[in-house]
Amino acid sequence: MNAKTINSLPSPEDIYQSVLPNGITVLARANFNSPAVNISGYLSGGSIFETDEKLGLAGFVSSMLMRGTQRYTFDSIYNELETVGASLGFNSGVHNASFGGRSLVEDLPLLLNLLAEALFHPTFPKAEMERLRAQILTGLALREQDTSDMADMLFERHLYPDHPYGKPTDGYVETIQSITRKDLAAFHRLNYGPRGMVVGIVGAIQPKKAVEAVAKALGGWSVSGQKEPPALPPLKPLRKMIRKHHRIEGKSQSDLVVGTFAPYRKSPDFMAVSLANSVLGQFGMMGRIGHVVREKSGLAYYAYSSLNAGAGPGSWEVSAGVNPKNLNKALELIDAELRRFVKSGVTKQELADSQANYIGRLPLSFESNGGMVSAILNIHRHQLGMDYYQRYEGLVRSVTRDDVVEAARRYINPDRMIVATAGP
Amino acid sequence: MSKSITKVTLKNGMKVMLKEIHTAPIISSWIWYKVGSRDEPTGKTGISHWTEHMMFKGTKKFPNGILDKAISREGGRWNASTSRDSTRYYETMPAAKIDLALRLEADRMTKSIFDPKEVASERTVIISEREGSENEPMFQLSESMLHASFRVHPYQHEIIGDMADLHSITRDDLYSHYRTYYVPNNAVLSLAGDFDTKIMIKRVRELFEKIPAGSVPPRLARPEPERKGEVRLTVEGPGETVFTQVAYPFPNATHEDYFPLQVLESLLNGASGLSYKTCRLYRALVDKGVVVDVSGWSESTIDPFLYRFVMVHRPNTKPEQAIKILDAEIQKLQDTPAPAAEIHRAVKQARAVFAYGSENITNQAFWMGYTSMISDYSFYTSYLDNLAKVTPKDVQRVAQKYFQPNKRVVGSYIPTGKGS
Repeated sequence: MNAKTINSLPSPEDIYQSVLPNGITVLARANFNSPAVNISGYLSGGSIFETDEKLGLAGFVSSMLMRGTQRYTFDSIYNELETVGASLGFNSGVHNASFGGRSLVEDLPLLLNLLAEALFHPTFPKAEMERLRAQILTGLALREQDTSDMADMLFERHLYPDHPYGKPTDGYVETIQSITRKDLAAFHRLNYGPRGMVVGIVGAIQPKKAVEAVAKALGGWSVSGQKEPPALPPLKPLRKMIRKHHRIEGKSQSDLVVGTFAPYRKSPDFMAVSLANSVLGQFGMMGRIGHVVREKSGLAYYAYSSLNAGAGPGSWEVSAGVNPKNLNKALELIDAELRRFVKSGVTKQELADSQANYIGRLPLSFESNGGMVSAILNIHRHQLGMDYYQRYEGLVRSVTRDDVVEAARRYINPDRMIVATAGP
Repeated sequence: MSKSITKVTLKNGMKVMLKEIHTAPIISSWIWYKVGSRDEPTGKTGISHWTEHMMFKGTKKFPNGILDKAISREGGRWNASTSRDSTRYYETMPAAKIDLALRLEADRMTKSIFDPKEVASERTVIISEREGSENEPMFQLSESMLHASFRVHPYQHEIIGDMADLHSITRDDLYSHYRTYYVPNNAVLSLAGDFDTKIMIKRVRELFEKIPAGSVPPRLARPEPERKGEVRLTVEGPGETVFTQVAYPFPNATHEDYFPLQVLESLLNGASGLSYKTCRLYRALVDKGVVVDVSGWSESTIDPFLYRFVMVHRPNTKPEQAIKILDAEIQKLQDTPAPAAEIHRAVKQARAVFAYGSENITNQAFWMGYTSMISDYSFYTSYLDNLAKVTPKDVQRVAQKYFQPNKRVVGSYIPTGKGS
């Protein structure tokens, strides 16, 4: 290994952190390997603020931010960006609105200026709102025909009843149709603001200079009366097996999701659950699930498990796409594998393999500015400590087989799962 | 951007390309075989892609189930893909572990087993992969567009292959395809990352040079005759959304018109890898509320392929109005030279996209190999300079030459409703 590459893991020494007077946290790290810079971050403004009548409002707002501001039209914003090969976009999830962009480092001031303009001064022009509404409605019509999307949606609805995680962030046709310009402006006015906002910036710029540039663009933002996000309601525990099917005619493949709850990202048992998931449905050719459903039985092109652990209670899901006539057979194989998993846990070799994979692949996730900025935001958001990646190898190695099987049993009860399927 | 690479040809004809990059403790290794879906005769469509799947099913030294775990255990990322013109396998590994990837690729170049049981189970996996694609209206439309665009040239079928062939291809067909094309003189190895070039070449020689060369058949390339009149088609299926594709025959990547056409593409549909909300077609079609989305792209291929436009229509509208506007925008480019500023813009966009790509070591090894399949690495290193040489007159000339209505295929996906 080349001497100068050894310190490629982010650490407190090279992540420069600063909190601006208005509450915005800035995290910066230099990378002079290419003349580019990447910014990414999040702020309050997720679907957690929505009412059931206006599902999809948070996403609608975030997509409108760049469709007209006090100084720019939709076309002029994108003209500025695209002329210099830069990009910027907004999105929203349950807890937060988020943004990401990149440019050549010479164009960073332009990028930050447009970020500020979109956040501070969106005007929600009516014509743009209608164009976007037509796009969202087309997206919903396509979702309605997508077996994978519909199985996921069905799964979430039944895992998280009466909970923000159980509602689709892109809404329904009726709720999207009911959203008015007034709704958009009010949502932005009440919920967006600098408090709780975090900006990550990685690229060919000294971290202190990067922070100064962010401060210049965003330091003047102040919002009075920025609303606090409501607390998440309690979860309803699963008391039985729930099986639901969403019918879509004329499709040659069905999708399935079998799953249950998972820990928060910052839970102490996260690493054990994550390694359990790796053995179950990730490692190599998609772990044990891939082995039984794809390799041994040839039933599916994709079959894997995934763990969604974030700021709230997560989900642990097995997913596959199969021929409709093989749906029950695939579900039986998955059920048997889950039972074996919680009964016998993982072998010494399986655990060692996944641990080695986690440690070995770490440098690969920091290859690009985008990978680095999301890693830094992640450790900050979940309060894992800026030295997390320095401690990472120890954290992975400290997980034992007992930890893994206990973690699996804590979350997976094969008699109490949500089984959601979509297809003919 | 560093342009210096080392090129070596082994005694058996295998080409090796190396680029040292010491920004992260990572090495990416790609092996490319000059075989893709265009080398498949009728009855054997999909065989290149299926062979690619079988390459993960093990050799004697790296049996199935050991192979994938060996790479993953070292923290490597690996995959493979089949295109129209090539099949490629890559491993991106922590630098100290790259030897495993090289040993694996040297071994499976000639020693993959193709166990009949594994062939049988992979048959259903690939059929399932195709069924997943068939769920998508755009796949259904694209497949019909390809068939209509190429009557003679083997670009006429999808890479995954036709269902009939996925049912009938045998283990021996696959094995014979493998042994024919997977020979060192038909392969290029591209390596980028944290290594010493001299040491790496020595190791590559040790592993690959002893593999005997083979005789590779000439590539299947029956030239597509010129079309004499527009073709229109429709595909029906479930859903509520209408899609239209318009496909024009386009020249190959080494053609003298390639760079003016890249600029033309940037003007009409935006630069590859960036948002495209201020390109001419977005402004004319989406901003004006005619369609929900419009995109378009060419492909850098060995033989002439296509420029394809895709439009997603607004609910309850017919494709004709949108096609008329598309035609009018093309007409503008044919009638009037594009402003020089618009061309400079396309060059700056490409410069930015190149800078983003150079952050990533996997990407750098990819481009070395990719360009060697269609031309050579100078295609990549001189790309921006060649783009900068394009003049407004060039763009006008190629717009006139290639966008001819009587050469195109126009197809629409007509939804039959939710169907429930």
